[in-house]
Amino acid sequence: MSTESIAWPTTTAASPSFVDHLHKWVTTVDHKRLGILYIVYALIFLVIGGVEATVMRIQLIRPHNNFVSPQVFNRMFTMHGTTMIFFVAMPILFGFANYLIPLMIGARDMAFPRLNAFGFWMTAFGGLLLYFSLIGANGLYGAGNAPDVGWFAYAPLTSQTFSVGHSTDFWTLALLVSGFGSISTAVNIVATVLCMRCPGMTLAKMPLFAWLNLVMAGLVILAVSPLTAAQIMLLLDRYLGAHFFDTQAGGSAVIWMHFFWIFGHPEVYVLVLPAFAFASEIIPVFSRKAIFGYPVMVGATVAIGFISMSVWAHHMFTVGMGANANTFFVLSTMAIAVPTGIKIFNWLATMWGGKIEFKTPMLFCIAFLFQFLIAGLTGVMMSAAPFDWQLGNSYFVVAHFHYVIVGGILFTLFAAFYYWFPKMSGKMYSEILGKLHFWLFLIGFHLTFDFMHVPGLLGMPRRIYTYEPGRGWDSWNLIVTIGVFFQAAGILVFLGNLLWSYYRGKDAGSDPWDAWTLEWSTNSPPPAYNFASIPVIKSRRPLWDLKHPDDPDWKYE
Amino acid sequence: MLQMRSSMSRFLAQTIGLLFWSAAAVWASEPKGSFPDGTNIFAPASTPAKSIFGLSLFVLAVTGAIFLVVFALLLYCVVKFRKRKNDDGREPPQVYGSNQVELAWTVIPVLIVVALFMATARVIADVQKAARPDNAIEVIAIGHQFWWEYRYPAFGVVTANELHVPVSDAHHPTPTFMKLLSADTDHSFWIPRLAGKTDLIPNHPNSMWIDPHETGIYLGQCAQYCGTQHAKMLLRVYVQSQDEFARWIQEQRQQATVGNAVSQGQRIFETTACINCHTVAGTVANGRFGPDLTHLMSRDTIAAGAAKNTPENLRQWILNPAAIKPGSLMPAMQLSDPELDALTTYLETLR
Repeated sequence: MSTESIAWPTTTAASPSFVDHLHKWVTTVDHKRLGILYIVYALIFLVIGGVEATVMRIQLIRPHNNFVSPQVFNRMFTMHGTTMIFFVAMPILFGFANYLIPLMIGARDMAFPRLNAFGFWMTAFGGLLLYFSLIGANGLYGAGNAPDVGWFAYAPLTSQTFSVGHSTDFWTLALLVSGFGSISTAVNIVATVLCMRCPGMTLAKMPLFAWLNLVMAGLVILAVSPLTAAQIMLLLDRYLGAHFFDTQAGGSAVIWMHFFWIFGHPEVYVLVLPAFAFASEIIPVFSRKAIFGYPVMVGATVAIGFISMSVWAHHMFTVGMGANANTFFVLSTMAIAVPTGIKIFNWLATMWGGKIEFKTPMLFCIAFLFQFLIAGLTGVMMSAAPFDWQLGNSYFVVAHFHYVIVGGILFTLFAAFYYWFPKMSGKMYSEILGKLHFWLFLIGFHLTFDFMHVPGLLGMPRRIYTYEPGRGWDSWNLIVTIGVFFQAAGILVFLGNLLWSYYRGKDAGSDPWDAWTLEWSTNSPPPAYNFASIPVIKSRRPLWDLKHPDDPDWKYE
Repeated sequence: MLQMRSSMSRFLAQTIGLLFWSAAAVWASEPKGSFPDGTNIFAPASTPAKSIFGLSLFVLAVTGAIFLVVFALLLYCVVKFRKRKNDDGREPPQVYGSNQVELAWTVIPVLIVVALFMATARVIADVQKAARPDNAIEVIAIGHQFWWEYRYPAFGVVTANELHVPVSDAHHPTPTFMKLLSADTDHSFWIPRLAGKTDLIPNHPNSMWIDPHETGIYLGQCAQYCGTQHAKMLLRVYVQSQDEFARWIQEQRQQATVGNAVSQGQRIFETTACINCHTVAGTVANGRFGPDLTHLMSRDTIAAGAAKNTPENLRQWILNPAAIKPGSLMPAMQLSDPELDALTTYLETLR
C-alpha cells in the first residue's frame, strides 16, 4: 500500500472554525438542526417576552404606579402578546415537530428539507422585523417606536388615522412574513406524516405525537391563511386607500375581528395540540403503560380540529352579534369541551394501574393535567355567553388564557425539554435542577395566575396601564406580581440546567427512559441520516415489541 | 425516595395553605373605599346583571363539581399508582382501552353540555330579546378617545362621563335602553353591577339595557382597548329616584347662565381654541369633539373620572392635561396665570 493513500488531510481534522460552524448551521436543511434552530430562536424570544411581562407586572404592582408611561405599557402588552404567540409558542412547537416527527415515523428527513429551511428563516426574519420597529418605527413622524395596538390589533385603531408612523406596519409585516413561514412548515409536516412513514407504520400505528401534529399542521394551513390575507388587506388600507376596515369610509371594524379570530381560536388549538402530543408520549412512558384508548384519542384530536374551526366568534360575544349568533357559538364552544375532556380522561386512565415515576418530565405533565383541567373549566364558564359579557376582556380572561398557554402548553413544553434533551444533546440533564425548576415555576405560576382571576371578577379590565385604588384590586395585583419573580427564577434555573448539562452532563445513552417509540432506537444525538437502516414496525410501540418478544403489542392492537 | 416525596408534598400543602390564608387576610384588610361592592360582578343590582349572576352560579356549580371529581381521580392516580420503593422492576399489566368506559366519559359530558347550553340560551334570549316598554328612558352613549358622551334625545339633554338614570322598581319599571355608538375606535360599556359589557364600535350601532333596582353610584370603566388612555376612561352611573332624576333633567335642559363678573373668562373661552371642541349651550361655543361643558359644575369628576371636579384640578387640567392624563387628546392651552384664573372662574359658573 502506498503511503499517499493513507495520508489524511490533517488540516480538516482540526476543529472547524467558528465561521465554518456558523456556515453549516445557516445553510442547513437537516430537520434536526432546523428543529434546534427553531427552539433556540424561540427561547431567546421567550426571555424577551418574559421581560416585557415583568415590566407590565411591576407597573401594576400598586394603583397609580408610575414605573412606565401609558405609551410604553401599551407597547409592552402588544409586543408581549405578539412575541409569545408568533415568535415563541409557534416556533418552539414547530421546532419539536421538526426534530421529532421524522425520527418517530422512521424517516431520514422531512418531506421538503429546503422548504423547511425557508419556513424557519421566514419566521426568524418575521421576529427580527417586529423588533426592528424599535429602531425603524419612528419614521419621519417622531411617533411611537413599537406597535401599540394590542396583539389582536382591532380596527380602526390600526388605521393611519389612529396609528401614525410605522409601528403598525412593522407589526403587520412581521405577521405577514412569519405567516408564510408557518404555512410552509405546516405543508411540510402534513406531507411528511402522510408520505414518509416507515414500512409497517399505517396511520393507525403511528405515534399519537405524529397524529396530533398532523391535525395541528392542517389547522395552521386553514387558520394562518386568513390572518395573512387580513394583513395584506390592512396594508392595502394603510397605503393604497382601500377601506376594508376603515370605518370612517364605510368599512367594517367587525370584519377584522372575524378575520382575526377565525385565525385566533384555531391558533389556540395549533398551540395546544402539540402540548397534548408531548403529554401523550411522556405520560405513558413514565406510567409504564400503553396509551389508553388510542383510537379514541385520534378521534378526539380530529374532532377538536374540526370543531375548533367553528368557535371563533366566542371572542366576540360583546360586539353585538345578536342573540341567535351568540347562541350558536355557545353551543359550538361548549361542544369542544367534550373531546378535550375525553383526552384528559384517557391520560388519567393511562396512569391508572401504572407505576408512575416522578421524573421531572412527568412532574410537569401531572401539573399540566391539573392546570389544563382548571383552564378548560374556566373556558366552559366563558363559553356561557352571558357570563362572558361580565368576564370578557377582564383579568379573568387574561388569567384563563395564561392558564392554557403557560399552565398547559409551557408546562408540557418543559416536560418535552427534559424528556427529549438527552436525545437531542446526548447528555443527561440534572434531575435536582430540573425539580428545583419545577417547584419554583409551579409556585410562581399559581401565585400569578390563580390570583389573577380575582380582579377580573371584581371588574378589572385588561390592558389598563394603571387602576384606581379602593376597588379591591390592589392586594391581588401585588400577589400576582410577586409570582412573576418566582417564575423568572424558575426560568433561570431551567436555562442554567440546559447549559450546564450540555457541557457537563453525563452521557445519556440512546434510550435513557426505557421508552417505546422509534427515536429512542437510534443514537443520541442521532446521526444526520437518523437510522442506519430504515426500521420496519408491526405495532404502535416498536421498541416494546423489541424488548418484550414474548408479549408484543401487535398481538393485541 | 418515598421520604423525599412525602416531605415535598407536605411542603406543597403548607405552601398552598399559607398562600390561601395570607391572601384571605390581605383581602379582608383591603380598604374598600366608599363603594363597598365597587365593580364586583357578584353583587348585581339590575335585571341583566342578576340574570347573568343566576346563570354564573349554575355554571360555577357544574364546573366546580367536575373539578372535584376529576381532581380527585388525578390525586388518586398519583398517590395510588406511584412507583413503590420495593418495586419488582416488572412492567405493569398493559391495558389498551375499553369501549364501555370511553362511551361513558363521552356521553356524560355531552349531557352536561346540553344542560349548560339550555340554561345559557335562555339567559341570552332573556337579556338580548327583552321587550322595550314605552316608558323606557332612551340614552345614546357615544364612546370617544377617552371619554363618554350621553345624549337623551327625548329630553334634549347632552352630558358627558356621568350617566344619570332613574331607579326602576318592580311595580313601575323604568328601564334605560341605550344605543351605543363610537366616534373613533372601539370601546366597551361595562358597569359590572348593572349589566354585562357591550362594545361601542364605529359604524356598527349596538344596544343594551339596564334597570337599576337601588339608587346610588355605580362604577365601571371602558373594557375594550381604545388607545393610549384606555385606562382612564372611567364610567360613573348615578341612579336617582324618579323625582331627583326629573329635577336633574330639568336643570340640564337650561342654557348656561352667565353674569358680568365672569365676562373676561368667557371672552378667553370664546376666543381661543376651546370652542372648537366644547359646547356651552346658548353661547358661540358649539364644538363636538370634546365634552359638553354647559353644566360642567353639575359633575363630580373631570377628565372621564380621572380627577375630582375641584377648582385646582380644573385649573391644572387646562394648564397641562398630560399631568392628569398623559395621552389625552385635550391640548395644553398655553395660557398665562391671570388668563387661567379667569377661565377657571368662568367654568365654575357653568352649573
